[in-house]
Amino acid sequence: MCRTDRFLWLLGVLVLATLLTFADAWLRSHEASPRLAASAALVQELGLTDLALFTEARYTRHLSQADLHTAFQDHPLALEHFPSGSLLAPPAHLLTRHADRAAAPEVPD
Amino acid sequence: MPIGLQRQKYLIDFTLASLLRRRAKNVGLLAVYTLIVFALASVMLYTNALRHEAAHVLEGAPEIVLQRMVAGRHDLIGEDHLARIGQVRGVQTKAGRLWGYFYDPAVKANYTLMVPPDREIAPGDAIIGAGIARTRGLSAGDYLTLRGSDGKAHTLRIAGLLDSRSELVSSDLVLVAEPFFRGFFGVPAGQYTDIALRVRNVQEVRKVAEKLTLLLPDTRPILREEVLRTYDAIFNWRQGLVAVLLLGAVLAFVVFAWDKASGLSAEERREIGILKAIGWETSDVIRMKFWEGAIVSLTAFLLGYLGAYVHVFFADAALFEPVLKGWAVLYPRFSLVPAVDGLQLATLFFFTVFPYTVATIVPIWRAAITDPDTVMR
Repeated sequence: MCRTDRFLWLLGVLVLATLLTFADAWLRSHEASPRLAASAALVQELGLTDLALFTEARYTRHLSQADLHTAFQDHPLALEHFPSGSLLAPPAHLLTRHADRAAAPEVPD
Repeated sequence: MPIGLQRQKYLIDFTLASLLRRRAKNVGLLAVYTLIVFALASVMLYTNALRHEAAHVLEGAPEIVLQRMVAGRHDLIGEDHLARIGQVRGVQTKAGRLWGYFYDPAVKANYTLMVPPDREIAPGDAIIGAGIARTRGLSAGDYLTLRGSDGKAHTLRIAGLLDSRSELVSSDLVLVAEPFFRGFFGVPAGQYTDIALRVRNVQEVRKVAEKLTLLLPDTRPILREEVLRTYDAIFNWRQGLVAVLLLGAVLAFVVFAWDKASGLSAEERREIGILKAIGWETSDVIRMKFWEGAIVSLTAFLLGYLGAYVHVFFADAALFEPVLKGWAVLYPRFSLVPAVDGLQLATLFFFTVFPYTVATIVPIWRAAITDPDTVMR
């Protein structure tokens, strides 16, 4: 096999893999539909309005419900400036999980 | 094989040989190029999937949420408001919602306490989200003690956990009974946090909101489409934020690629001169260089995109997650559902492959139309 053929084969494999990502995306979204349906059903049942992505402040937890005086809406197009919106690293106590804290001895040896 | 195709094949073969002669330089270029595409495609795929998920999940949110405003701040809304909405045509159902925040100093996080409209919960019982259960180490049958607005400790028995599959919307929820909620927060009977409205015809939502504003001037309607737009803006902003951070790297690459592609080295000039002297036509030289640009940029694009797909949907975007998701004590655990937007992919292709390929052709065309003797000197 000459150099060009090898390259074209490689390119073919890459293009095929790229097309497979579309198939994978379709399959996985199909598989995830029960999970999404469960979330959507809970949203419908409880009348929820927001994602639980930013729970550190009351006005970031329900972004869409925050009132007009919150830091989130200081001026038009202002986005929240609580840590969820910044690049600061989370405080150290957040980096240890409950399980780790429970496993650690209260008093250091 | 037709002669035209055979000719292109030989040209590609010659181009590959030429690229391999400067192996280190070209492999370096390919690696940097791939990394740039990888970073841009990762941000694009991640944000798109998150946006897609938010839109899908929040489709069931109430069409309108009505808040009462006092001095520009959200205040409790009374039953009289609820009764007056009954006069607005187009409103299918209306219900007062009871929900509020509770800051738990034990884990430094806010919980969302809520009274479910259609679920019976015994007073003193609670159903909690998976995020709280994980953070506080709770399971069904355990007790959760919270300090109420009266300063007393109120103990809740965990009657159950919310489906962990819905963690994205329920991670910090504590569902309680109405009497407990009113007692805990001191919310008087007949008062609600806000009012959720269902509108039969989606086309009428704006009209209904307008009527509500006229009828109840001290209220603010929040439409579902605004909620969805808020999330769209959030993810766009985060995408932009990462893109800005990457901008330095992208610009460095542009300079590097432009220099590599447009500035011909003496060796390359000599090569063109020799090719022309042995009978290559100007069009052949340009085609050869076109293939050079296309081979490098297409390979980098495909490798970068595939790497990004694996990174985002198989490795949970480990590199960008803290920036794109945000962080929180009660952060929900979820894996994103892949959502690949063909148009976005095409845009990325256009902005990464096209400029490089063009940048390689222009200087070659200039060199190729000059006299071989001049080029070689």
